[in-house]
Amino acid sequence: VADERAAILGRVKAALATLPERAALPEYDAELPVLRKLLAQRELFEVFAERITLVHGEAHTDPEAVARRLRGGGWLRGYCDPELWPRLAPYFAGFTVETAFDRTRIDDYAFGITRAAGAIAESGTIILNDATSSSRLGALAPWVHVAVIAGADLHPDLPHAVSRLGDDPNVIWCTGPSKTADIEGILIEGVHGPGIQIALVLD
Amino acid sequence: MRFQEIDLFAANLRADQRASVYKATKGTHEKRTAMLFDQYADPNRLREIAGEIKQHAIENLDTYLPAVEAKMQANGVQVHWASDAQSAREQVLAIMRARGAKKMVKAKTMVSEEIELAEYLGEHGIEALETDLGEFIVQIDHDHPSHIVRPIIHKNRREVAQSFERHGLGAYNDEPEVITRRARQFLRHKYLQADVGLTGANFVSAESGRIVLVTNEGNSRFSLAATRCHIALVGIEKVVPRDRDLALLLNLLARSATAQQLTVYTEFISGPKRAGQPDGPEEMHVVFVDNGRTEVLAGKCRDILRCIRCGACLNVCPVYRQASGHAYRSVYPGPVGAVLSPLLMGERFPEKADLPKASSLCGACQEVCPVNIPIPDLLLRLRDRAKQEHVSSPGTPPMGAWALLASQPTAWKAALAGGKLINHLPTQLLPVPALRAWEQRRSLPEWRGGEFRKWLKGRRRG
Repeated sequence: VADERAAILGRVKAALATLPERAALPEYDAELPVLRKLLAQRELFEVFAERITLVHGEAHTDPEAVARRLRGGGWLRGYCDPELWPRLAPYFAGFTVETAFDRTRIDDYAFGITRAAGAIAESGTIILNDATSSSRLGALAPWVHVAVIAGADLHPDLPHAVSRLGDDPNVIWCTGPSKTADIEGILIEGVHGPGIQIALVLD
Repeated sequence: MRFQEIDLFAANLRADQRASVYKATKGTHEKRTAMLFDQYADPNRLREIAGEIKQHAIENLDTYLPAVEAKMQANGVQVHWASDAQSAREQVLAIMRARGAKKMVKAKTMVSEEIELAEYLGEHGIEALETDLGEFIVQIDHDHPSHIVRPIIHKNRREVAQSFERHGLGAYNDEPEVITRRARQFLRHKYLQADVGLTGANFVSAESGRIVLVTNEGNSRFSLAATRCHIALVGIEKVVPRDRDLALLLNLLARSATAQQLTVYTEFISGPKRAGQPDGPEEMHVVFVDNGRTEVLAGKCRDILRCIRCGACLNVCPVYRQASGHAYRSVYPGPVGAVLSPLLMGERFPEKADLPKASSLCGACQEVCPVNIPIPDLLLRLRDRAKQEHVSSPGTPPMGAWALLASQPTAWKAALAGGKLINHLPTQLLPVPALRAWEQRRSLPEWRGGEFRKWLKGRRRG
């Protein structure tokens, strides 16, 4: 196996040795792909709420509204990050909520509430990572995912969010609910991940 | 007359399949264009820079590959190298066996198609299940993907419903929503039973050693939440220099592939799960796969290694739209496939030398390419290579007689004058099949051989 490494790198070297010169890495404004007009002189939350709605997600600032939404959908049983639960419990009277996610019963959870590491306004994206997420499965397997985001963790755009990936081994940007258009190009939401993606932005 | 294989396939394609492919590709292409030009003042500038970044990366793989390997190892990733398909398959199997693993869930990866991994693992007693909806359908049908982003672009809902019924996934129902729910229910338990999750990588950052994966369905996310071991198969050309380059490339990839601002799930994975996280892999392996890429890097068509597999060139291509993906007899169809597939054949290049000729060289593929690959130029280089290597070229009329005639001025003039005879012959009765086929639909224009020469002579005198 060590031989294969040497062989491949040897072939790469030999292939590139024939080049008279190598293409330079272009210098470019990191902001080039940013939708500047969208962000100009607007509150980040306002842009985020608009963009997440465009990709069929939802943004809320009131836990009561989220509880109402879940009740309205008939999603009464779910999982919640144990650190979040004390703050949210008062709004969830009548719900059955577990604070440990049992992977042998994934179909029992209609919703999962977990913390998110942040969000991106430009694209309506929620950012999850291992440091803030109490359970990868709890945020993924239930039909509804509620991501709880601190208002201070809103990034304006993609380059900004990339510059703050940090050292977490598993950073996931979620832009709307899970979807497919594999069959005749017809959009269906909730393929493997959540069919309903909710962001709850709190101060 | 004999035909090239790709032409034969296209000629025999079912009309409803041709219609599905045409409609889907045209729709995606139009949405892509509208989105890019609506959101950016100069989208071409983005494509050009992205192309320069990728070209720089592939022309400096000798420094970037060892750099990314060192980063990955520092992040706790085990790095492997595979020269060819057989080695890649064996190394994946060895990782599975070392863990005593019997079940794998697979996200969509073109490299795994290239090395025919699922079949190989199946032969060695390992269940390797496709989890992307389209790939799952391809797998239960024992079919092949016909598009790199939309594997079942050639199938309609009735065919899919029949496959599900055959496979015991419920009574016939061709509602896409019902089909999707059934797949969701079936596959989520498969993730939980599997020990290994296999993915590809859309990009690998040399700066941080992160691999970047994009999916819309969330299947790779589920694989990496449910299993204990992550294996990523990565073509050596996937490296990009810095994290900051990812913002530009991700913006272009999603818009080019599916006319989305961003793919639903973009995962940045740099190693096994963090301590304290209950779910996800404790072990992560990256297998860097060569499988012909270093040979491409050494040749005149290395620019094709910039490709980020968005499928935009397939969607815009008039040939792909008429022929569909299977006509290319390769993992990579369409314009990118017409370049890459023959190149990846190595010494067996002649078997796919017809693909570069299945193009009108209209240039649309380069215009839409998010990394600005000069595909028409590369197609011409491969046509030239086929000529140099004397690859037979069925369907091309023999030009020897014409060449002889055209190089003898006297004979040429005589032929021009003699050709007038044809104006007085009952052409529809001549025993020349090609001529008769032509005459069935339209009449032959009047022979006017020599007129131009006459006109030119007159001009000179005046």
